[in-house]
Amino acid sequence: MTTQTVKFRVYRYDPDKDAKPYMQDISVEVDTTTERKLLDALVKLKVVDETLSFRRSCREGVCGSDAMNINGKNGLACITDIDTLKQPIEVRPLPGLPVIRDLIVDMTQFFKQYHSIKPYVINDTPAPDRERLQSQEDRKELDGLYECILCACCSTSCPSFWWNPDKFVGPAGLLAAYRFIADTRDTATNERLDNLEDPYRLFRCHTIMNCVDVCPKELNPTKAIGKIKEMMLKRVA
Amino acid sequence: MVNRIVVGAHYGLRDWLVQRATAVIMLVYAVAVGAFVLFAAKAGYADWQQLFSCTWVKVLTTVTVLALLWHAWVGIRDIWMDYVQPLGLRVTLHVLTIVWLVGSLVYSVKVVWGV
Repeated sequence: MTTQTVKFRVYRYDPDKDAKPYMQDISVEVDTTTERKLLDALVKLKVVDETLSFRRSCREGVCGSDAMNINGKNGLACITDIDTLKQPIEVRPLPGLPVIRDLIVDMTQFFKQYHSIKPYVINDTPAPDRERLQSQEDRKELDGLYECILCACCSTSCPSFWWNPDKFVGPAGLLAAYRFIADTRDTATNERLDNLEDPYRLFRCHTIMNCVDVCPKELNPTKAIGKIKEMMLKRVA
Repeated sequence: MVNRIVVGAHYGLRDWLVQRATAVIMLVYAVAVGAFVLFAAKAGYADWQQLFSCTWVKVLTTVTVLALLWHAWVGIRDIWMDYVQPLGLRVTLHVLTIVWLVGSLVYSVKVVWGV
C-alpha cells in the first residue's frame, strides 16, 4: 500500500449553521493503489469530517450525480484523476445554481428547462404492432446526442445560463432538444422549433463553447445548437 | 401583473442571421479600405477625397454603416437583456440605444455624402 496526502480547499455552507459560505482547508490520506479518483478522496474526506455533504452514486461517470467545480472547472469527481489536479484541490459546488448544502446544489431550474423541451418522442401516427423502426443511418444521427447523463456540468459553466436560468434552455436542454428534432420517429419537429424560436430560449447561446470544454462525456452541445439554428434557417429560407 | 416567466417572442433567428450577414459586409468593407491603405500608403487628403467622391464608395460606405448599426443594435440589446432586469429601465435603454444609433446614421450620411 502506498499512501499519499491529498490537500483540499472545500467550499462549505450549511444554511442552518453558517451565516455565509467559507472555504475549509483539509487534507486526507489516500491509498494510491486503489484510490485514484477525486471521488475516492472525497469519500475518505467524509470519514474525517462527516458533516461534508456531496452527491454521488455510480462512481463510474454514468449517473452524473457528483458533478462539481474542480479547480475552477466543472467535472465529475468520480472520473477525475487526483494525479492530474494541482493541490490544494479547490472543490466548489456547480456555479450558478442555489446551494442546498456544501457541494449539493438545487437542480430544479436545470430540470425545468430540460422538461420544457419535451424530452420524449412525440409521434401522432398510429403505433405499429411492435415498434417504430429506424434505419441504421437515421439511428446514427442520434450518436453524440443521446449519451448525455444530465450532470449539468455544461449548463452551469455557461454564462448565458447563469444570467437567465429561468429563460435560456441551456446547453444540456438544447442538446436534448436536438436529440428529438433529429429523431426520425418524432413528428413534432415544427412544434419543437417553434418552442425554441425565441431570443432567450435558444438564441442566448453565443457559441463560447464552455459546454464543450467541460462535458465529461465529450459531447458537443454547441454543434447541436448550430444544427437547430440550421434547421430553423432551412424552414424559412 | 402577476410575476411569471414569459418567453416565446418568436424571433431570434432573424437577428442571429442579421448579425452574421452584417459581419460579412463589415469584413468585406474593412478588407477593401485596408487594401486601399496598404496599396496607397502615401495617399493624402486629395486622394481620400477623390475616393470618397465616387458614388459607389458612398453607397458602399453607407451600406456598411447600416450593417454596423444593425449589428450593434442586436449586440447591445442582448447586453441589456442579460444584465438589466427591471423592465422599465431595460425598455428605456432600448429606446435610447435606437435613438443613438439612428442619430449616428444620420450624422454618418451627412459626413459621407457631404464629401
